[in-house]
This record gives sequence, C-alpha cells and structure tokens, in this order.
Amino acid sequence: MTYTGRVFRVIYVGAEALVAEGEFLGYEAVFKLRLRKPYRVPELDREIIRRRTLAEARLLLALRELGVKVPAVLYVDPVEGLIVMERVRGRTILSVAGSLSRGELCSAMSKAGSELAKMHRSGIAHGDVTTANMVLTESGDVYLVDLGLAKHVEDVEDLAVDLHLLIRVLESSHYSAKDEMFKCFLSGYREILGEEIARTILEKVREIRLRGRYVEERRVRK
Amino acid sequence: MLVLGIESTAHTFGVGVVSDEPRILADARYSYTPKVGGIHPREAADSFISNAPRVLSEALKSAGISMESVDAVAVALGPGLGPCLRVGATVARALAAYYGKPLVPVNHAVAHIEVGKVLTGARDPLVVYISGGNTVIAALYGGRYRVFGETLDIALGNFMDTLARELGIAPPYVVEGVHALDRCAEGGKYIEMPYVVKGQDTSYSGLLTAALRAYRDGAKLEDVCFSAREVAYSSLVEVAERGLSQLGKEEVLLVGGVAASRYLVEKFEAMARHRGVKLYVTPPKYAVDNGVMIAWTGLLLYKHGVTVEPEKAYIKQRWRLDSVDIYW
Repeated sequence: MTYTGRVFRVIYVGAEALVAEGEFLGYEAVFKLRLRKPYRVPELDREIIRRRTLAEARLLLALRELGVKVPAVLYVDPVEGLIVMERVRGRTILSVAGSLSRGELCSAMSKAGSELAKMHRSGIAHGDVTTANMVLTESGDVYLVDLGLAKHVEDVEDLAVDLHLLIRVLESSHYSAKDEMFKCFLSGYREILGEEIARTILEKVREIRLRGRYVEERRVRK
Repeated sequence: MLVLGIESTAHTFGVGVVSDEPRILADARYSYTPKVGGIHPREAADSFISNAPRVLSEALKSAGISMESVDAVAVALGPGLGPCLRVGATVARALAAYYGKPLVPVNHAVAHIEVGKVLTGARDPLVVYISGGNTVIAALYGGRYRVFGETLDIALGNFMDTLARELGIAPPYVVEGVHALDRCAEGGKYIEMPYVVKGQDTSYSGLLTAALRAYRDGAKLEDVCFSAREVAYSSLVEVAERGLSQLGKEEVLLVGGVAASRYLVEKFEAMARHRGVKLYVTPPKYAVDNGVMIAWTGLLLYKHGVTVEPEKAYIKQRWRLDSVDIYW
C-alpha cells in the first residue's frame, strides 16, 4: 500500500461495499471498499468495480466544488475499489429523529432539503435519499453521504425519484412524523431551487406515485 | 379438496389437478414450438384449441377422476398473450358453468411463486421470477408480493431467446434442458459489454443490441454468447443481492422457466454462499409453465373464498403481480 492509513472497525457490509472507519494521514477517515463478487467473471468484475469507484469519487469531488456538504475525498484506488473519505462526525437523522425537538428535527430536515436541492440544481441525483444517509453534525450542519448510486441525469424524472424514495422512507421509518418532516425538507429544498422548478419536480413525484407499483391507493384498472 | 387448474398464458396449454395434502394428481401439457421465429400468438392459440380437449381428458384420466369430483376450476387469467389466455379462459368458463363448479381466477406470476414455495419448502424468500416474459425481484410484505426490482425493458428469457435467434443458433431454444445461449457460450472469452444496473432494476435491450453489433463486427460467436450471458446473469444476481441486503431476507427462491439454467443457478449459489443465505430452486419441471401451479394457487385462493362469476372472468394481459392480495 502506498498510503498511510489504518482501519479500526468495520461499520457496515452492504451488497456492494464494505464500510469501515479508521485513520488516514492523521485524518479521521471512512474507508469504502467495493467487494469482488464470486459470481462475476474476473474481467467484468474488475471493470465494474473500477468504473463505479471512479464515478463515485468524481461525483464527490464535483459536489464539493459546488458547495454541497458531502465528505471530502482523501484517496482513491479504482483498481482496488477503494475510496478513503473524510469521516463526518455526527449522527444520522434516522437515529436521532426520535430524540430531537420538533424544531430541531424540522431544521435538520430543511437543511437536508437544501443540500439535495444543490445537487439537483447541478443535475445530479443522489439515488439513495434516506434518513440513514443524512448526517447531522454537532454544529448543526447536515451532510449527505453514500453517493454510491448518485449520477448525472438529464431527465427531471430522475430527480423526482429521489423525492419519491424519501417519501417512501419517511412512510416506513418515520410514519408518525412523516408529513411534518417532508414539509420541513421541502422548505429547504424550495428555498434553493425556487418555487417554479420545485413545483415541476413535485408534479413529477406525484405522477411517479400514481404510476407506482407500491402505492396503496392505486386503482387497479378493471 | 380437489382443484383443476388451467394454464394457457403463452406457449404451454397445461391442465393440472392437485389436492390439499398437498399432492399432484395430474400434470398434462401441450407445448407449442414455433418452427421459425418466436411465439406467434394466434398460431399458438390455434394449436391450443386443437389440443385442449385431449390435454383435459388426459389430466382427468391420469388423476383417475371425473369432473364431478372436482371442487373448483382454477384458470390463469393473466398476465400473458391475449389470444392464448382466451383459450384457457374459455375452457375454464365452460367447465365451471356446465358442471356448476366455482371458478377461481389465478395470477400466473403468483402461481409460479406459490408452486416454487410448496415444492422447495422456502418460507419467507426473496423471490427471483425469471422467464420469457418476466424478470422480477419480489417479496411478500403486507399481504402482497411487492416488486423490489424488475427489468426496465425486455425480460431475461426474452433477451436470451432473441439473441439466440438473431445469432442463428435457435430455434430450438432449449435442448435437453440447456438453452442455446448457454450451449454456445462454452469455451467463450469475455469481451466488453454494457452492464446495466439502475438501483434495483436491470435492463437487457442495450445489451442485446451491443452483442449483435459485436457479432456483426467480427467477434467470435462463442465470445459473444459467453459475454452477453455473463453480463445478463451477473446483473440479475447483483440486483437480487441488493434486495437481500435491503430487506434482510435469508432465503432466495428462483422461479420461472429461466431458473432451469444451470449456469444461472451456479451464479446464485456463489452469491448465496458468499452472503450466507439459503438458495431454493424450483425443480425445472415445475419452473416452466404448467397447469399444476395454477391448480395449487387456485386451491389456496379457493380456501380463502376467492372466486369469480364465469361471465365476469375477463382475461387480464397486464395483470401485475403486486396487485394481487395474498391471504396466506
């Protein structure tokens, strides 16, 4: 290894990557290592890992330049599938939602909305907008993490899918506060994007919901 | 309780009889095989019409029963090809009306899942339903099979058949249980192909175009087959793995005709070992379309009071898996 870093603890093993915390050149760091898959031929596996690692690192950099609160990239090794990034100290909104006051939760959601709006303003969809991927820091900032599914998009529909996903998460994980939380989220979102663009995207969200396959109130055509 | 089930959604006209022990009493089938090209819906339907009476009497004979002793008639009303569905629906409506038997409407996709569950013993699996017309990752939540991922364009089986046909290696598509694409992939090397996974969804139409273009541009046939197959199968396994991770399921169940592919099963085995989950594969004989799965699902539905009046038993070509209430 050509870098100086130490891994302390594995935080999470997902379908695609292993996430660990540690230290890198004196910084508190998060190591995201994409895992090789035994079911893919090695050439294909290497190519997928290389391409996705590079894409994620590039997006993180682009978003930093745009002033979106995402972790800073410290090191990238596309061949190994490794991204080392700044460790954002804080708690996920998912884990603290129950213990925050109404005002604090509203402010956090509104900030998350602003950050997502900054991404959307630049034509980047997050791809996995959940409250587990929103980190509230001690200074009260909200960071969006896990950009593994983020991408540049051309269609407003792809942006709307982000909000659609968030609504579904709020319904399942925060059902008692979902309306309030989404309202707060939207206030921050609207503030950055402007009323008109936000409305266009929200109309699309409604369309997706009605078209959707998970919607309880959906009418089955007779 | 005895239920007779009729399948006729695509290429197979099947009549099955099951009892609630559970036991399979009859499994009669007629399969339409096109001489050239893919399924021609009208030709398939015509051949169903000429073979239906024979298949029906064969089923009753091998079960050793007459229509009088049947408790209910189940029929796959969709999803599928309109002309084909109409044949099964007509036969079922006629039987139900003439013999005064309750008619049970069955969703073909639900039937694939239920027969897979009862035959393999899977309890709460992530379901991977792969066939000529379907590529769906689903799981039972809140009384319905919720779809967590699916193909954005063509189905995996459709992709395999079309590619094999365009490459000139089919029909026949499946010989001795091995698909023409799997056969031709032997000894092939990997050349780059577009690998598409969008969140939980897969897509195969771009891969089809790219594979055909590579072949036209001079790539070796076995390399094209191998690479296209690797990419298609791998992306499906990846999406399934995501589903497992997200839902925290500990079982995977493969259902549908493509579940008979040994190479695909090997990939799923590798993933299951890696993740420490249990893999269940529907036996090939019942993974493809058949009347038994319709009869079995009809039996489950009938026990929960689901029936339809013959004059209201319309076919539904686009009957979605996740619009069916599951009561068990």
